[in-house]
Amino acid sequence: MTPAKQTKKRLELLPKSLTGIPGMDEITGGGLPQGRPTLVAGAAGCGKTLFAMEFLVNGATHYDEPGVFVSFEENAEELAQNVASLGFDLKKLSKQKKLIIDYVRVERSEIEEAGEYDLDGLFIRLGHAIDSIGAKRVVLDTIEVLFSALSNQGILRAELQRLFRWLKDKGVSAVITAERGDGTITRFGLEEYVADCVILLDHRVNEQMSTRRLRIVKYRGTLHGTNEYPFLITKDGISVLPITSIGLDHKAPAGRVSTGIKELDEMLGGKGYYRGSSILLSGTAGTGKSSLAAAFVDAACQRGERCLYFSFEESTEQIIRNMRSIGINLSPHVKKGSLQFHVARPTLYGLEMHLITIHELIKQHKPDVVVLDPITDFFAVGSHAEVKAVLTRIIDFLKANQITALFTSYTEEDTPNESVVGVSSLIDTWISLRNLENRGERQRGLFILKSRGMPHSNQIRSFNLTDGGIKIGALDLAGRRAELNSA
Amino acid sequence: MEKSKPRARSRPTEKIWELRLYVAGQTPKSLAAFANLKKICEEHLAGQYHIEVIDLLKKPQLASGDQILAIPTLVRKLPAPIRKIIGDLSDTERVLVGLNLREQK
Repeated sequence: MTPAKQTKKRLELLPKSLTGIPGMDEITGGGLPQGRPTLVAGAAGCGKTLFAMEFLVNGATHYDEPGVFVSFEENAEELAQNVASLGFDLKKLSKQKKLIIDYVRVERSEIEEAGEYDLDGLFIRLGHAIDSIGAKRVVLDTIEVLFSALSNQGILRAELQRLFRWLKDKGVSAVITAERGDGTITRFGLEEYVADCVILLDHRVNEQMSTRRLRIVKYRGTLHGTNEYPFLITKDGISVLPITSIGLDHKAPAGRVSTGIKELDEMLGGKGYYRGSSILLSGTAGTGKSSLAAAFVDAACQRGERCLYFSFEESTEQIIRNMRSIGINLSPHVKKGSLQFHVARPTLYGLEMHLITIHELIKQHKPDVVVLDPITDFFAVGSHAEVKAVLTRIIDFLKANQITALFTSYTEEDTPNESVVGVSSLIDTWISLRNLENRGERQRGLFILKSRGMPHSNQIRSFNLTDGGIKIGALDLAGRRAELNSA
Repeated sequence: MEKSKPRARSRPTEKIWELRLYVAGQTPKSLAAFANLKKICEEHLAGQYHIEVIDLLKKPQLASGDQILAIPTLVRKLPAPIRKIIGDLSDTERVLVGLNLREQK
């Protein structure tokens, strides 16, 4: 993971423990404070336990830091079941002595309080668990349960304070989860005792669209973003979407792939797109964006590659039928399984969910080529900034996996080409399609707005959809023709 | 681990109080709890009780079995159901309620 490398220098200042949660380590500059407690607060069902569990399991599996999970709410069996779907095998980790789950059950009705006491029993249990596997990470989920189980709040508060200090002395990186309070960060004011790092998780529904957000309220000794970061709970767990983070260390494959159209290949230095690059096809309605995408998909499938086509406007049948009319037959690829369509209206669910779906399907299908047709439809479900963040994230993800990505983008008639969500800087090859009117005839024109790392044509070419396929040729503009050709 | 044996032979028809006192070292609270418990038992359960003292500093692994958090904790194993009384047992009334020797008011 890249954040580890990036923060190596800063580690000397304030040691941190990587969470291994995608995005989280980037916004915290390397994870949670090492050897100190972190408070994770949020309302019920916003992912506190999951966050804590991932911190622990990732520590045990990836960073050689065994962990103890003290659960006050669910027993070991329940916890194991809950996270089994994420691929976490708690039983195996327990057997390997990398993880201990200690279920602390407190039953108010069973307990009578008769005189002075302390919580040494808890300390001893925790200490025993930590020492028996050399734990470096500890989770207390959710220790507030004690407030309803014990009536002597004075003792409890003093003991919790002692506990957090004791954890610090033990040098373990602890995550303490807590319920969100009304007007306070936590219901029982635990933030008073955990001063090093406080993270707030939130889950809200806006216009019937649910979004999860994470905010770092406080992180002593570290610069941190104060923004709210949207996060997802996917099949693989939590994934934070840092808007500002763009990994720029993607491998840049030098291989080239045909666009599916000979003439277009020629315009792109004779070889077509770069493999693993991001391609944008922008244009007004009816200029043939989807056709160009289909030609590329067809060519990719014929090369034996796998393609995933996200269509936000047309059904699979419709696309196949339309493409057949211009001589592109996609149905054999679908039957063979090398081409998979995913059709969903953008308004069907929130941006977050789209991102999840895209991630999931890419993981399942393992495509070489991904098409998103069109990305502009996302504006129906999110603000400009949100859409940009999500697209950035998608492009990032595709690049990291060296998947060639083709996006189509709808532009209004007569607007400049740059209307595309501000993602243009992330795009490697940008092809613009336009309707041109000339002498009472409408013509489709195509030109390459930019194409990084290759010599490319500067000409506007004509672009025709015929029943024999896509034809790109010289623009028939009589008088202006010579001028354009010499450009 | 110290054990105080029942003073009188228990007859099978009689109820036996199986008590387990969890402590952590010889702290004033632990010592007080043991002394208070002993006194209460002698007064109310003479010949019918059995106290086992478990020092968690010596046997920390025993803390999870009876779900011990607070120290001292007295666990009434028998008669069922299991009850826990936490604290130094200085509040005799509450101890008696916890041991089921007095109706809860």
